[in-house]
Amino acid sequence: MRQRTSILQNIDWVTIFLYLLLVLIGWVNIYAAEYNIAHTSIFDKDMNYGKQMVWILTSVFLIMLILIIDAKFFTTFSWVIYILVMGMLIGVLLFGREIAGSKSWFQVGSFSLQPSEFAKFATALALAKFISKINTDFTKLSSRITAGGIIFVPIVLILLQHDTGSALVFIALVLVLFREGMSGTFLFIGLIAIVLFLLALLVNKFIILVVLVFNAALVFYMFKKLRKKWIWIAGVFLIASAWVFSVDYAFENILETHQKKRINVLLGIEKDIRGAGYNVHQSKIAIGSGGFSGKGFLQGTQTKYNFVPEQSTDFIFCTVGEEWGFVGSFVVIVLFVGLLARLVILAERQRSKFSRVYGYGVASILFFHFAINIGMTIGLFPVIGIPLPFISYGGSSLWGFTILLFVFLKQDSARLELL
Amino acid sequence: MNRNFSDRKYIILGFFIIVGVIYLVRLFYLQVLDDSYILSAESNVLRKNTIYPNRGLIYDRNNKLLVYDEAAYDLMVIPRQVKEMDTTDFCSLLYISDSAFDVKMARVKKYSWYKPSLFVAQITKEEFGYIEEKLYKYPGFFVQSRSLRKYPYPIASHTLGYIGEVNNREIDKDPFYRMGDYIGKSGLERFYEKELRGKKGVEIVMVDVHNREQGSYRNGRYDTVSEQGKNLYLSIDAELQAYGERLMQNKLGSIVAIDPKTGGILAFVTSPVYDPNLLVGRVRGKNFSKLMHDTLKPLLNRAIMGTYPPGSTFKIVNALVGLQEGVLHEGTSYYCYGPATKPIRCTHNHTSPLELVEGIEQSCNPYFWNVFRSIINNPKHNGVVECFNSWRNHVTSIGFGTKFNTDIPFEQGGNIPTSEVYNKIYSEGHWNALTIRSLAIGQGEILVTPLQLANLVVVIANKGFYYPPHLVRAIESKDNKIKEFNSKIVTSIESRHFDVVQEAMLDVFEGDHGTARWSKLPGVKICGKTGTVQNPHGKDHSMFIAFAPLDNPQIAMSVIVENSGYGSTWAAPIASLMVEKYLNDTITRPHIEKRMLEGNLISAK
Repeated sequence: MRQRTSILQNIDWVTIFLYLLLVLIGWVNIYAAEYNIAHTSIFDKDMNYGKQMVWILTSVFLIMLILIIDAKFFTTFSWVIYILVMGMLIGVLLFGREIAGSKSWFQVGSFSLQPSEFAKFATALALAKFISKINTDFTKLSSRITAGGIIFVPIVLILLQHDTGSALVFIALVLVLFREGMSGTFLFIGLIAIVLFLLALLVNKFIILVVLVFNAALVFYMFKKLRKKWIWIAGVFLIASAWVFSVDYAFENILETHQKKRINVLLGIEKDIRGAGYNVHQSKIAIGSGGFSGKGFLQGTQTKYNFVPEQSTDFIFCTVGEEWGFVGSFVVIVLFVGLLARLVILAERQRSKFSRVYGYGVASILFFHFAINIGMTIGLFPVIGIPLPFISYGGSSLWGFTILLFVFLKQDSARLELL
Repeated sequence: MNRNFSDRKYIILGFFIIVGVIYLVRLFYLQVLDDSYILSAESNVLRKNTIYPNRGLIYDRNNKLLVYDEAAYDLMVIPRQVKEMDTTDFCSLLYISDSAFDVKMARVKKYSWYKPSLFVAQITKEEFGYIEEKLYKYPGFFVQSRSLRKYPYPIASHTLGYIGEVNNREIDKDPFYRMGDYIGKSGLERFYEKELRGKKGVEIVMVDVHNREQGSYRNGRYDTVSEQGKNLYLSIDAELQAYGERLMQNKLGSIVAIDPKTGGILAFVTSPVYDPNLLVGRVRGKNFSKLMHDTLKPLLNRAIMGTYPPGSTFKIVNALVGLQEGVLHEGTSYYCYGPATKPIRCTHNHTSPLELVEGIEQSCNPYFWNVFRSIINNPKHNGVVECFNSWRNHVTSIGFGTKFNTDIPFEQGGNIPTSEVYNKIYSEGHWNALTIRSLAIGQGEILVTPLQLANLVVVIANKGFYYPPHLVRAIESKDNKIKEFNSKIVTSIESRHFDVVQEAMLDVFEGDHGTARWSKLPGVKICGKTGTVQNPHGKDHSMFIAFAPLDNPQIAMSVIVENSGYGSTWAAPIASLMVEKYLNDTITRPHIEKRMLEGNLISAK
């Protein structure tokens, strides 16, 4: 069994196929988005599409490296990798280069590296390592705190780099905790908190208060068993009310101006299509004007003439939507959902808990990126600058996602050897 | 940890799929159901550049170019591209104040940050050369070429008119116009706007987000070419016009000269004049308000908007009506007692009694009072009102009291009173020839324009008919004549009655007692009639009508010099010089010309 050749037999070719398709779609669309009459070759290294090819080739090298390394390497060195990457996150705060307000890049010559892209894989590893420990039990507070801490450290460090988008990604790992037994109540509370937050911005707070009072009364009346716990009901009611009334403060003082504007634009409170709403407005025009079958390869006027900003990175989906129409959008979404479903299936077939948790980590992180990125381009989420995995331009992000995915595929291919 | 949570995989998987489905529905709505984004994308990227055609050219009767288009530049701005700049330097370049800059910029930004807006209109070629050198320092500003009207001869400004930016009312009325377009505001520019303006072309280009052109849209498949406006060929003789304007300098009044054979206007002089180049380009606004507030009213076209009592020149009309009505004959004679004559005294010293030819030649008031009385008391008609109506019909058939409605905008109709008016003033049955005796000598309620007066001369020269007086002979090509202007209008006066009138008018120059004998032109038989028009506002208007030569009339005209006294002093010599200029092209009487050119009646007033 321990033969090198077995890798090719055991590896999940479905995932690899989906991965390659997405990478290829990305490359072609980066070419279309950045297309320049003076540099028509897709291999031209002066252009982002030429560079993306380099990132793809180096990713293949990374894949081979990961597949050669023993699968136990990652289980064994999970903590080491986690600590190393966290160290890099601290290092970037000290020695990093500031690009567009975020201090999240190491610059070596013309080459720049974004450690937060690797923090995703490292954190997923550490979380898997911790949860797979025999004495981890989510009914215990200590386990919850440790798991929360593993997720929180990168969030805090990345927030310090002023890269809110990348920091938010780690919230996705809550899905992993949910799968591994964390009470659904936490998710439910979180959801209610978000709904109340948005309502508080949109609706008069006193109306919300009335609704809350009504709900509390309803619970008290309907569920007779709970009446004895009236103090709990009152407590929940008070906390919810306090949350609603603190929203303004949080919104005004914690969020930054551009973040507030993006939320306002999404909620329709602010309709500034020249300023804060410009990106989303132009992005929707690009996608919407694609029609059913698209304007055709290299025919997208919105992308070609730069109406959409960040079109090869965060807004790459606009190019897909504009040039390939609904057909193209459909293909990309189906590929992503297919990849996510495949990852869940793979995770569930793992015999080791470590591999399963890590697999879910990979799926949640990819899902978060997919949902937020496409959601913002079609106006369902506020603008949060995170890339679309495998498709957006960028070396660090492609490397990061490739490592994230293939470490799991390596585990999966070795699932029968382990234990 | 005893419980296996593996069923939660369905929740997670379901969550992934639901999000995917929501996105697909959203995308289906955006991309397939909602078409508005296609339009938005087009409006983003397509820019329609208007290609402005050159306006039609205007030529005089001898193919001299009077008006053409010269390249000019509109300074445009895209506020988003404007960088920090030295505003003071920029303003001095454009001759605008800093505050004007701020006002313009605010207005432009309000319209759009991304679209180009007009910043300064109509920069001339000379000014542009200077601005162009420095324009590189001011990103966001660029020029769009337009054209300006240019007048090689600074003449006939009232006739030619001027163009200006369209106002909102004009835009609403005709969808051809867009904000910032030019339209003829007066004169021929206004009347022939549809012919002169041509057809705008459209060039559709694609622009990027910075509004930089990226090439034509579908290889120009939807572009349209512009068509130059049609040229106008005037009946005006530029040299005669220029000479008329020189003669009228420092005087108030007008000269209207018509070719009796066509009705084409040869000279259309009003004084004071202004240089038509003053109302072109950026200086227009400033100059316009200056001209507007000038007490001498240089913008007023006296030849069509000034209405005057015709004075003694009208005696000819009464003579013609009397002859036609059969109450007057060549030999009819009346007594004149000079200043003692009742009810209208005579100011001229002449023999008495006198016949028709002498009456016209010497402009005898009592003679024409008798003529007028015999018209109003004509036994042929039933009573005063009928006689008066018949008189009025004859007068209006000569072109008085109404507009000609040809191609002369803002023309006034003048006034020939009706019997109803007198019925109202004096009540029915309580007025007679004596009551309205002023009409006998062209005073009272009658008002005529210099153009109508010139037309009277055309009728006399043609012996009973005229062509509607007009300015443009042909459009587009010299041979494409305007048909409406070629229709002969026959008056109610038969041609046989004109011989005696012409003879009398010849005597005005040639006779021993003729009122214009000092303005005689040797070798050319000019027929004329003086008028000295009483004017309640000041000194009498000097008036003269004339045509020449007698046997083959080629020019008919009216001359009015306001507040200058006798018709023979100013108007007659000017008419005589005009005839000489037109027929002989050389002036043989420099002393008269000198007196006319140097006569300054404005400062003396």
